[in-house]
Amino acid sequence: MRLLPHPDPIRDPVRFVDRRLGAAGLLRSTLRYVFPDHWSFMLGELALYSFVMLVATGIFLSLNYVPSDETVTYAGSYAPLAGRQVGAQYDSVLRLVFDVPAGNLIRQTHHWAANVFVVAIALHLARICLTGAFRKPRELNHVVGVTMLALALVEGFLGYSLVDDLLSGMGLAIAYSVAASVPLVGDDAAFLLWGGEYPGSSAFWPRMEIVHVLLIPAAIAVLLSVHLLQVVRQHHTQFPGGPRSERAVVGTPMWAGYALRSIGLFLIVAGLLLLLGGLVQINPVWLWGPYETALSTNGAQPDWYLGWLIGALRLMPGWELTIGDDTLVPNPFWGGALYPLVVFAILYLWPWLDKLLWSGGGRRHELLDRPRDNPRRTAAFAALATWVFTILLAGSVDRLAFRTTISYEGQIWALRIGAIVAPVVVYLVTRRICEELRRRGDHPLRGWSGTVVERTPEGGHAPVRDEQPR
Amino acid sequence: MRRGARRRRLPRRVRVWAALLCGVLAGTLLLGQLASRPAPVAAQDGGGGREGVPGVTSALPRAALLAEGRRLFAAGCSSCHGDDARGIAGAGPSLRGAGAAAADFYLRTGRMPLDAPDDEPRRKESPYSERQIDALVAYVGSFGGPPVPAVRTSRGSLALGFRLFQENCAGCHQVVARGGITTGAWIPGLQQASPVDVAEALAIGPYVMPRFTRLTPVEVAALARYVTWTRQPDDPGGWGIGHIGPVPEGMVAWLLAGAALILTIRLIGERTSE
Amino acid sequence: MRALQVALAWIGLRLLRRLPRRRPRPPREPVEAQRRRRAQPPEALSFEAEPHRGSELLVAALLLAAALAAAAFVVFYVVWPDTQLLGLCLGGAVLLAGVACALAGKRVVPQETAAEPYEELHDERAVDDVGAIVREAGEGVSRRRLLAGAAGLAGTTIGVAAAVPLASLGPGVDDRVAGTPWRRGRRVVDGDGRPLRPEQIEPGSAVLAYPEGADRDTLEAPVTLLRLDPDTLDMPAARRAAAPGGVIAYSRICTHAACAVSMYRHPLSPATAPDDALVCPCHFSTFDPRRGGKVVFGPAGRPLPQLPLQVNGDGELVAAGGFIGAVGPTYGGSREQGS
Repeated sequence: MRLLPHPDPIRDPVRFVDRRLGAAGLLRSTLRYVFPDHWSFMLGELALYSFVMLVATGIFLSLNYVPSDETVTYAGSYAPLAGRQVGAQYDSVLRLVFDVPAGNLIRQTHHWAANVFVVAIALHLARICLTGAFRKPRELNHVVGVTMLALALVEGFLGYSLVDDLLSGMGLAIAYSVAASVPLVGDDAAFLLWGGEYPGSSAFWPRMEIVHVLLIPAAIAVLLSVHLLQVVRQHHTQFPGGPRSERAVVGTPMWAGYALRSIGLFLIVAGLLLLLGGLVQINPVWLWGPYETALSTNGAQPDWYLGWLIGALRLMPGWELTIGDDTLVPNPFWGGALYPLVVFAILYLWPWLDKLLWSGGGRRHELLDRPRDNPRRTAAFAALATWVFTILLAGSVDRLAFRTTISYEGQIWALRIGAIVAPVVVYLVTRRICEELRRRGDHPLRGWSGTVVERTPEGGHAPVRDEQPR
Repeated sequence: MRRGARRRRLPRRVRVWAALLCGVLAGTLLLGQLASRPAPVAAQDGGGGREGVPGVTSALPRAALLAEGRRLFAAGCSSCHGDDARGIAGAGPSLRGAGAAAADFYLRTGRMPLDAPDDEPRRKESPYSERQIDALVAYVGSFGGPPVPAVRTSRGSLALGFRLFQENCAGCHQVVARGGITTGAWIPGLQQASPVDVAEALAIGPYVMPRFTRLTPVEVAALARYVTWTRQPDDPGGWGIGHIGPVPEGMVAWLLAGAALILTIRLIGERTSE
Repeated sequence: MRALQVALAWIGLRLLRRLPRRRPRPPREPVEAQRRRRAQPPEALSFEAEPHRGSELLVAALLLAAALAAAAFVVFYVVWPDTQLLGLCLGGAVLLAGVACALAGKRVVPQETAAEPYEELHDERAVDDVGAIVREAGEGVSRRRLLAGAAGLAGTTIGVAAAVPLASLGPGVDDRVAGTPWRRGRRVVDGDGRPLRPEQIEPGSAVLAYPEGADRDTLEAPVTLLRLDPDTLDMPAARRAAAPGGVIAYSRICTHAACAVSMYRHPLSPATAPDDALVCPCHFSTFDPRRGGKVVFGPAGRPLPQLPLQVNGDGELVAAGGFIGAVGPTYGGSREQGS
């Protein structure tokens, strides 16, 4: 018996909200929502949690960054830049690194999160393309996802270009050249974006900041919500087997098993990024020094997720398409614009290519294929990945030449040929491996598992030791 | 239920995972410590601070030095550079006017003698002793040309050195002097270069390096000071991973972070796809 | 006093259960029945709730360790904000908490498997209804085509008009105000602003130079000065004359993608080393300075423009005119500027 009505810490707040919004039914179905829990389904969450870390650390950074290219004299504690004329943006970042407590930790965590964000998206995209998760009814979600990948690449590039250090400044000059190389509209587009001929107007810096801090993150947030809502509406796909079927999704309910695991994963991702941010140096802009138009350094690359573009720019021979005195297609267009357009076109059209070439028919699918179950689709994706990876190698081949004493020109020629030959070889090899695995029913890594039995004279079965089939 | 059977194995997996994570962390910290130790200075630089004294460095009387130098030259250098040091077409260039600075640079860093004339000279252990190098330097220097320079790095400021390095050197040697590549040649990192090596290279322009004769002694000292500083650059961010930027950073993102995260989700999620 | 009396009366009445409850509650279901009701859908396939005391202790220990690490972070932030220590503490704290959560999710809370049906995503009747409803708006409308055409015209033109202010972001290519800073007679100066004389450019050296008094950040400003033997220059006579005494100037900006061409490859021993070349470190476009900056390797599509030089009355190097060839990355009109 109680003297006063005792409060229920769970029912009371829920009742409060339910009386006003009618939300208890929604909450009940959310808590019971079922997640199939194969480990590869958590790759998308890795990207999501990296994005959350990017926003959290990014807010701190944006409150410390000065988006101005006004020349200031560096007066901070870093000796090699004492008295140097630098841009105000660069100066604000140096101050953040050397004079703001935890400033460098948050800046490095942010940059590591950006790199890991794209790693996670790439792995997630591979899982989607290899298992057929993009098939009807999920084609739209696939398109949304590929759009987010494109936005992530641009966002990362803009982020590290805001600093105006030597390395990123070189990258901006190249970006200007690629923009200007687009036929017919390129030079006007480059002038519009930069506010004039390179290096552009002073408005370029706050403009770039607004795109990086507001426009693209808002776009990604909206697309992310659409992406997740579609998954909730359609329910997650699952691998076949056991009670799992095209009719019902089987897995762990949200509360409490899955929610705790997911929150745990978020904290692990956040913790890992913070550890990297504190222990492993990234983008040491004080070592590169400030950017000036007349300066450049050897061994300059963009961040890894743009390595395929610098590779393409290096591999292309010096072709420019001219009609008389008019240049229709300057050289940077081929590697810097056309190549990524082709790759993204293939990624965008993947569900429809699959319908045309590898799956046939427009039936609705809820069950996933194991990669080996559709050898031609898996081989095609492996070939595409090889094409991109070979060209990405070309982007860092100068560091390879530096270490191995093979000439730079020799490596470029080898990679030009490799970029065409390797995808074909990988396609054929992968297809063969998948067909072989399907036929044998072996696990790709663990091999055949089972027991060979023989009939005993008594009529039963007894295992035969140490024998493999065939 | 299969789920129950799998659960009996979990504690071991958790232990394994925890141990792995500790190992990764410990390894990262250890590697970071190792990588940020200063690079060992090559023996032939005489312990790193070689700032040089112009002219002859040996205690031997000059005549004996020249005689020894002539003898060594005839034995080891004349096959490419000619008996009279006027060069042999298609092999070695004339050393008349090259100066003690050139001889000192090439011999002390082991770049000469070269196996084949078309090879790119690279730093290595010199087959000659200090005294033999002194003798050869004196002999080649007797034909005229720039002497071995003296450098006092304290005369130059680090900030001036960094700015000059950015303007003149970073294009080939990379902005933190980690070395690089150009079409047709390899460019060394400079962590083993002593201040005198730097001054000599600026004066003579070895192999395919241009000459930087317009620099004042203060500017040369500043550059030498910056080059020495690049042996241990400021790494307030932690493990420097080579100081060459996005290539090792991308490798860490994939091979360290990516691998750790895939391991994590394999442990959290279920593994069977049947 | 009165308040105390009211309170006592209220408590007494409550004790006697005479006061009506604020709101009627439904009778309590037994727990098992509750779970069965809640579980449909989704249908529960398994539910295991054995206690795992070892895991519970481990989770608690991890959470305590996380708390310690987070506290350490705060202390270090105030006392010694070293990036490595801060990262280790905060990252460690969050990581430990994450491990605790994940472990709790797999070992501490009940493990349940449930099934939920995939929903039917196709309602043909609703599709028909939507079509009919939308078309209803057209009943009684007599001039459909006129209205549709007018609406389309208004929509398109308003859309275009709304996008037009984007053009204010920057000038058009034809409006470019910045001409070349290099005019006939403009002195060539080094990084410190001192005018350069031909004798200061020694053979085998490369000197970064700028136009006197001009903005150094534009693509047209920086040049590289070299000295080559005039007899070895393989160029038309007019261009050779623009290199007084073999001192020749090329644009510093690569014609491929606007990086600074900061590598000068000059053989000390020409017989056994690669020839003179200006090389760009971005994509390794290689230009031959003896042949007017011709591209000999790499993705550049146009030669490096030469800046014609002459020596003024005081013996200083000055520009003899604008660049021969367009500076910087190629755009539509690059080749109209001639070579």
